[in-house]
Amino acid sequence: MTKLLKRMVNKMVYKRKDRKENETRPIEAKVGVIKNADGSAMFKIGKTTALAAVYGPRDLYPRFLSDPTKGILRVSYVMMPFAGAGDRVRPGPNRRSREIALVTEQALMPVIDLSEFPNSVVDVVIELPQTDAGTRCAGICAAAMALADAGIKMKDLISSVAVGCLNGTPVVDLSKEEEDLEGENADVPMAVISGSGEVTLLQLDGEVEKEHLLRAIEMGKEACKKIYDIQKNALKKKYGVEK
Amino acid sequence: MGKLIVKEKEVVVPGEDLAEGMDYLPGDGCYRDKEKVRAGRLGLVKIGGRLIKLLPLSGKYLPKKNDIIIGKVIEIAMMGWRIDTNSAYSAMLPLRDATSEYIARGANLSQYYSIGDYVVAKVTNVTSQNLVDLTMKGPGLFKLKPGRIIKVQPSKVPRIIGKSGSMVGMIKDATNSKIMVGQNGIAWIDASPEMELVVVDAIRMIEKYSHIDGLTDKVKEFLDKAVKKDGK
Repeated sequence: MTKLLKRMVNKMVYKRKDRKENETRPIEAKVGVIKNADGSAMFKIGKTTALAAVYGPRDLYPRFLSDPTKGILRVSYVMMPFAGAGDRVRPGPNRRSREIALVTEQALMPVIDLSEFPNSVVDVVIELPQTDAGTRCAGICAAAMALADAGIKMKDLISSVAVGCLNGTPVVDLSKEEEDLEGENADVPMAVISGSGEVTLLQLDGEVEKEHLLRAIEMGKEACKKIYDIQKNALKKKYGVEK
Repeated sequence: MGKLIVKEKEVVVPGEDLAEGMDYLPGDGCYRDKEKVRAGRLGLVKIGGRLIKLLPLSGKYLPKKNDIIIGKVIEIAMMGWRIDTNSAYSAMLPLRDATSEYIARGANLSQYYSIGDYVVAKVTNVTSQNLVDLTMKGPGLFKLKPGRIIKVQPSKVPRIIGKSGSMVGMIKDATNSKIMVGQNGIAWIDASPEMELVVVDAIRMIEKYSHIDGLTDKVKEFLDKAVKKDGK
C-alpha cells in the first residue's frame, strides 16, 4: 500500500502555486551595510538573507598559508544560531559550513586577481541571519558584491542561484519547503560568471534525469542574468552621484 | 570604428563593457576581452582620447617608491622600527635612515620613536614581495605631535591635497590648523577642538564629492559658513 502511494506521489507533476517555475523569490541587495569592513553587502532572496564582509588585503597569519606569488582568498560561512527553522544552529565551523566555505572560495576565485598582493589574504566572512534554502548561493552573490565594493581587482561579477527538479519539473530557486518535498527531487546550486556565462559552481543533491537537469541549468543561467542586474544596480547605488 | 558604451565619470562595476572595437585601449583597471574593453574593478570611468582608465573608488593602498606616507610605529626591532602603513604590508624603518642624530650602540630606541607614535616617512624601496623600506631623512619627514588621525580613501588623497596643495591649503588657512595627508590615506590634523571638527567634515566632504566639478567652491562655501558659525 505505502509502496503504491509512494509511486503515485512520484507520478504527480509538481506545480508551483505562488510563482512561475523559472521565477526566483523577491530579491533585495544592498552594498556597504557593514561600515567597519573594507567592503560589505547584503543579499536577500525570499527569506534567505546573507551578509558578506570583506577585510583586506591584509597580513596573513599563520604565515605558512601564504603564497609568495599572489594573495589568497579565505572564506568563512556561518549560519547564525537562530537562523534555521527553529532548531538552534550550533555556532562555529562544522563539516557542512567548511564544505560551503570551500566551494564558495572556488566559485569566486576564477574572477579575482590578487597578484598585486603576494603573501597577503583577503578575508570574506559570510553570515546568515535567516535561512530558507539557497544559502550558499545567496552567500556567493553577497560575497561577489562585497569584493567589488572592497576595490579588489575582479574580471567580472559572480551571480548564483539554486535550481532543481521536483518530480520532473525543472524549477529555479527552491525554498526549504520545496527542497524537503517527497519524491524524486534534485537540488542543484550553481554560480555563473555573468559576462561569459561560465559556470564556477555546480553541485547536485538528489536524483534527476539528464534532460531535466540540462533544462534546469539553462533556467538557472537566465535567472543569474536577472540577479546580475540587481547586483550591479546595488553597487552603483552606493557609489551613485548625489548632487 | 569602435563604439564607446560608457560615459566619462560613470561608475562601473567589474565586468561591465566599456567600449567595443580595437580603437579603444584598456588602461588602468581595465582589460581587453576579444573585441571589447571591460572593467576590471569597481571604479570611475576616465577617457583620455583612445585610452580608457578606471579611477578606483575603494581599495587598499599599495606602497610605491617615493611616496610620502604617515605610518604608526608598531614594533621596535633590533635594527629599527616596524611601521604600520595602512596597507596590506607593514614597513621597516632601519636605524641608519631613521634620524640624522647619532644613535649610540645599545641605545634605547624608544626615546626616538616609541610604539604608537605616528611618523611622516618616505618609501625608499618596495620589493617584488612587497617588503617596504622607509626613510625619515629628508625635508618634511618628521615625527608627528599629538593631533587627530583620520583615515581617508587613498585614491581620494590627490583630490584632498588639490593642485600643488591648493585644497588643503585653503582648509589650513580657513581653520588656522596644521594638516598632513599621507599618500596611504592617513591624515593628521592639529587644530583647536572646534576647528578640528570643521576640518574633519571638510575632508569627509571632499572624499564624498571628489568626482564632481566645482568642488573647490563648494568646500570654500562650507568652510566660510562653518568658521563663521563657530566665530560667533
